[in-house]
Amino acid sequence: MKHTLSVLLRNKPGALSHVTGLFSGRCFNIESLCVAETIDPEVSCLTLVTRGKEGVIEQAIKQLHKLIDVIKVTDLNEKDFVEREMVLIRVKADASSRAEVLRIIDIFRGKVVDVSANSYTVEVTGSESKIKAVIDILKPIGIKEIIRTGTVAMARAPKSK
Amino acid sequence: MSKITGSQAIIQCLKEEGVDLVFGYPGGAVIELYDELCKTDIKHVLVRHEQGAVHAADGFARATGKVGVSILTSGPGATNGVTAIATAYCDSIPLVVLTGQVPRALIGNDAFQEVDIVGITRPCTKHNYLVNDPEQLVPTLREAFYLAASGRPGPVLVDLPKDVIGSLITYPKKEQPKMQTYQPNVEPHPGQVEKACKACLNAKKPVLYVGGGVILANGSKELTQFARKLNIPVTMTLMGLGAFPGTDPLSLGMLGMHGTYAANMAVAKSDLLIAVGSRFDDRVTGKLEAFAPNAEIIHIDIDPTSISKNVDVDIPIVADCKQALQAMNSWFESHNAFDADTFAAGNQPWVDRVLEWDKKHPLCYHEEGDIIKPQFVIEKINELTGGDAIITTEVGQNQMWTAQFYKFNHPRRLLTSGGLGTMGYGLPAAIGAQFAFPDKPVFDIAGDGSIQMNIQELATAKQYNMPVKVAILNNQYLGMVRQWQELFYNRHYASTVMDHAPDFVELAKAYGAVGLRAKIKSEVEPVIKEALSTNNVVVMDFSVSREEGVFPMVPAGKPTTEMLLV
Repeated sequence: MKHTLSVLLRNKPGALSHVTGLFSGRCFNIESLCVAETIDPEVSCLTLVTRGKEGVIEQAIKQLHKLIDVIKVTDLNEKDFVEREMVLIRVKADASSRAEVLRIIDIFRGKVVDVSANSYTVEVTGSESKIKAVIDILKPIGIKEIIRTGTVAMARAPKSK
Repeated sequence: MSKITGSQAIIQCLKEEGVDLVFGYPGGAVIELYDELCKTDIKHVLVRHEQGAVHAADGFARATGKVGVSILTSGPGATNGVTAIATAYCDSIPLVVLTGQVPRALIGNDAFQEVDIVGITRPCTKHNYLVNDPEQLVPTLREAFYLAASGRPGPVLVDLPKDVIGSLITYPKKEQPKMQTYQPNVEPHPGQVEKACKACLNAKKPVLYVGGGVILANGSKELTQFARKLNIPVTMTLMGLGAFPGTDPLSLGMLGMHGTYAANMAVAKSDLLIAVGSRFDDRVTGKLEAFAPNAEIIHIDIDPTSISKNVDVDIPIVADCKQALQAMNSWFESHNAFDADTFAAGNQPWVDRVLEWDKKHPLCYHEEGDIIKPQFVIEKINELTGGDAIITTEVGQNQMWTAQFYKFNHPRRLLTSGGLGTMGYGLPAAIGAQFAFPDKPVFDIAGDGSIQMNIQELATAKQYNMPVKVAILNNQYLGMVRQWQELFYNRHYASTVMDHAPDFVELAKAYGAVGLRAKIKSEVEPVIKEALSTNNVVVMDFSVSREEGVFPMVPAGKPTTEMLLV
């Protein structure tokens, strides 16, 4: 099963390699990984998407807790959470397809961020399934290059009573 | 405040941590540190290979419970230490390993003797550091000592660039390291303790399965009290031997692949398995599905990742083993309805049944006239040292026979590479232990194969007059692998015949040590006696029965009840 883990860790050289090394050394799978500084510059937040049986995920979480630089691990699957991913797609855009590309991007609430004689580079943000959908639709037109950020996720704020 | 050099700060910090002995090997990157070190009263032991330095620090740590310290230079000095660091990691031994590094400006430059040792040791240290900021040097060292010794202990490596060692810094005021991200849970949860105690009361066939965690936590006294009071049979892992007296009637010896018949049967038939400081290693469990199939399982361990890793646990207690056992002991003491004698008497039929298994298939071997049986040598060492020597082993048959036939009555007497299984561990570890206990007999029980992996340390032992006794069980084979080949590979002894060894007696003499030889059974006792009365390094070469096997044996992956017996 897919799990989205949110890991707070000390923002220090080598901290990230302890996390990734833990996964590779134990043959746990990383599907995507996204990491950046939090509001506290001494702390980074890492969103990690992994897939595995419950026992494996439980072991991975325990092992993450054990790392000295890790402050907190949250398995977002146990909560309500929002997730977003961003993709940059360079898609073929010649005279015949330009209008079509713009229409599609508009539907997905994306925008064009770079233009050349025969291509558009577009930016789309959304859940993993939305990203997949836009890629599938643009594919027949001709995708030249694609860059995805991987998922970032945040637990939803508790609902007020 | 006046400034001091990084070297001086390191020395001051080592003293602050109570270190008076370090094992190491100098080199370009640590030359300044050595210049300072050898002006102080901290004793430095110069080994002959960096692996030996870290193993010796490890042997010292296991024998004393203190943090072992070693100093290695950059590049090959550091990488030579890696096997020994991994050895300590697998057995949770507290070490601080200081490695030299090229100056900061050269890091990443493929400089002479540069290696990314922090990257290399990341998976085999509890934590590691590269000190980038000279002002962080002392706080980092303090953290390293704190991490190494607390929680589940382990080796911590601190990589020290040459210019950091040489820089001028202000020595920070002494303070306990504050680590918000590291707070091991040492106190047992009272609710879990009560659950565990009640489970004990309901059990008809309880067994204690004890590992090295009890020794690391110095919990032998509490364990012994618990087992005796409740009349529960005790089996120990290789790392747990000595946690409970080996000659106690309740001791079943070791369990697992080369465990006793009684221990493996008791675990298989038990209705309550109380695992204390053990981790359900594959050499212990054999086929997982068949391990303690009818038992409720209590697991006491300080490391949450050990709980339910291999075997699902019913009652976990994440705590220091000593504190957990204390809590259980006091629960039983304060629990009014509990009458220890009644309970212990109720257990007697089960204990009798277990002892019956032991009587049916005790540890044994067949005599063969004059031929020296390796097990006999260990029995004799046991007898002549009164079971109270510090014993290190190498890895393989020598290690298993030691575990089976030496009756360890005290903790911290068996020093052996259990998790990683490192050949070459025994001799340097024996030297480390001998430094800690100069007046105790220290034996390295070795094979003719493994002794050659770090035999150069005989020179270290000799240089510092550490009178370790090396007992080589010489069968001219890599015996354990040969045994597998005999049993599972149609006696195809592929690369396990080692009939080109040096003459160990003459070799000992070349090192300035004493060499003794025994070729027939009647020579064994005089040789051991002479070794014990010799105040020098002694190498004993016992020509043992060549194709002797270690039994019982559970073939890898089989249920532990399917033992091959003698």
